Amino acid sequence: MNIFTTLKLAFRALWRNKVRSVLTMLGIIFGIGTVIAMISSGQGAREAVADVFRAMGTNLLIITSGSQSTGGAAGGAGSRYSLTWNDLAAIENGEVPTVRWVTPVLSSRVQVAAEDANWNTQVMGVKPPYFLIKSWGVKAGTLFDDDAAANGPKIAVIGQTVATQLYGGSNPLGQPIRISGQPYEVVGVLETKGQSAMGQDQDDIVVIPLKTYLQKLDKGVGKYISRGQLYVSVASEDEITHAEAQITALLRERHNLQATDDDDFRIRNLAEFALSQQKSTERISTLLAIVAAMSLIVGGIGVMNIMLVSVIERTREIGIRMAVGAKPYDVMTQFLVESLVLAAVGGVLGLGFGAVLAKYMASYYGWKLFFPATTAMIAFAVAGGVGVVFGLYPAIRASRLDPITALRYET
Amino acid sequence: MTAPLIEMRGIERTYVMGDNLVRALRGVDLVIEKGSSIAIMGASGSGKSTMMNIMGCLDQPTRGSYLLNGKDVARLSRSELADVRGRMIGFVFQSFNLLSRTSALENCEMPLMYQGISGRERHKRALDALHRVGLEGREHHHTNQLSGGQQQRVAIARALVGSAPIIMADEPTGNLDTATSYEVMAILQGLVDTGITVVLVTHEPDIAAYARRVITLRDGLIVDDKQQEPVRAHERVEAAS
Repeated sequence: MNIFTTLKLAFRALWRNKVRSVLTMLGIIFGIGTVIAMISSGQGAREAVADVFRAMGTNLLIITSGSQSTGGAAGGAGSRYSLTWNDLAAIENGEVPTVRWVTPVLSSRVQVAAEDANWNTQVMGVKPPYFLIKSWGVKAGTLFDDDAAANGPKIAVIGQTVATQLYGGSNPLGQPIRISGQPYEVVGVLETKGQSAMGQDQDDIVVIPLKTYLQKLDKGVGKYISRGQLYVSVASEDEITHAEAQITALLRERHNLQATDDDDFRIRNLAEFALSQQKSTERISTLLAIVAAMSLIVGGIGVMNIMLVSVIERTREIGIRMAVGAKPYDVMTQFLVESLVLAAVGGVLGLGFGAVLAKYMASYYGWKLFFPATTAMIAFAVAGGVGVVFGLYPAIRASRLDPITALRYET
Repeated sequence: MTAPLIEMRGIERTYVMGDNLVRALRGVDLVIEKGSSIAIMGASGSGKSTMMNIMGCLDQPTRGSYLLNGKDVARLSRSELADVRGRMIGFVFQSFNLLSRTSALENCEMPLMYQGISGRERHKRALDALHRVGLEGREHHHTNQLSGGQQQRVAIARALVGSAPIIMADEPTGNLDTATSYEVMAILQGLVDTGITVVLVTHEPDIAAYARRVITLRDGLIVDDKQQEPVRAHERVEAAS
């Protein structure tokens, strides 16, 4: 029997029991729909987490001075100055080949003011690679580069929050800004970054050139980098651990530490933290996908249940078909195609349902919508697979019926 | 001379029912030539249903040989047996056994589907068969919209459609009134005249009277095998009208 005839028969048989077919399909629709929504939103959540960490800095290592203990009380990271400007120069000069960008980041909270408003914010003194490390651009004006920053000009790039607080709706570019009493000029407004992974407002910031910062807000250049950190961006994600080891070796050598001495600096690996966050996100989305898959299996069992009922109800029909020449294989195909159609139609509808669900979740949580064609195809194949797997047993039962008994079967 | 259409030798059929061994057929020899009309008679339990099932390739003998059109069908697989049924045998049952909520035409097309015949050809042949049994204008009626006699005609058309050389009719008039049963028997007799072998399975002597040869089974054995001049059903149809 050719496939079109079989399909036609299957559609007709399902059409005869419309309500039952639709109810059975619902199981598949919800199963496929939730699987798709979970896969899609899992991907969205993962990307959202990745975005947050990308905002913190690309492949970022943060180096701080070590702790000093006085009289048994540890002073905490950075309490002892150990990082020197020469350490920075060594890294800048390429002594650690896996490092792409490096910048010192000095910061303090100070009062900033425009003509008729003032605000307390984080002011940072950095070198231009800072913007590369944070992959941060301006939405208006310019950033400062090495040339612009060379002589310690009194210029500032401000975050959106500061711009709003000081200038309200008017254009801050070219406007004067007083930082700790000193007049500066606003040359750029940074792109909005929103909250950090820790919940801080990343746009509440003023960035000025390092040299300016050292002259105006700090005590000038000494030997040590005091009250500051080094942001190091590693060339590739795979090399972060390696780079960490290389930097450790370099600094230990530069600081003349013996093998038995502890490090007098600390390196924080944000990528590691990001990775663990990503892993926990993944774990949760895998868990959700498993739950969704369970509901798909339940849907499949629904298909099997209905097909078994259908085989019993149609025992006589099976007998008639066998009497006029249907082979066991023909009978099996007929029922298998029926469950396949049931599952496939349910799969297509479930795909739509899943897409709507995924879209709703993405907009609710502010994720990007991920709905790759491969997911759709896999979902469709899975639906078909469910149809075959759960339809096989009823179909085989139908094909094994004895025509004589089946013909005498009273419904 | 060519081989007989049906040649059964030493057919035995035993069933296990619970702890009992039921010997439904205990060694039957039967030869049927092409184009005969034959009635198999017997009380219930005589083995005539088993006989029909084996002859119709719905069942297989426990022992013995069965040559159908010269081919041994006693040891075929279920699939091969289904194929033989489709090509060689058309069934007409007491309870019609049509697919409900399906048109007369589609019921007739069904056997052809399993022989892999194209839709257009199926349609044409099914229409022909329905016209042969006098159901012009009823092709698209669903079977539950037809009278008993009309339903049995659809069943006969379905048996005819595959050009099977044998039609097995199991109590074909059992659910019909007298006048309608004359009509149905007239159609079956008409088929014999076109060279089709019609096997009637019945316990009613009235129905057996339409056959040229009557075989009587008792306790799984043939106890009588006689030739007779059959009653012509169409004469009764005319007399009744």
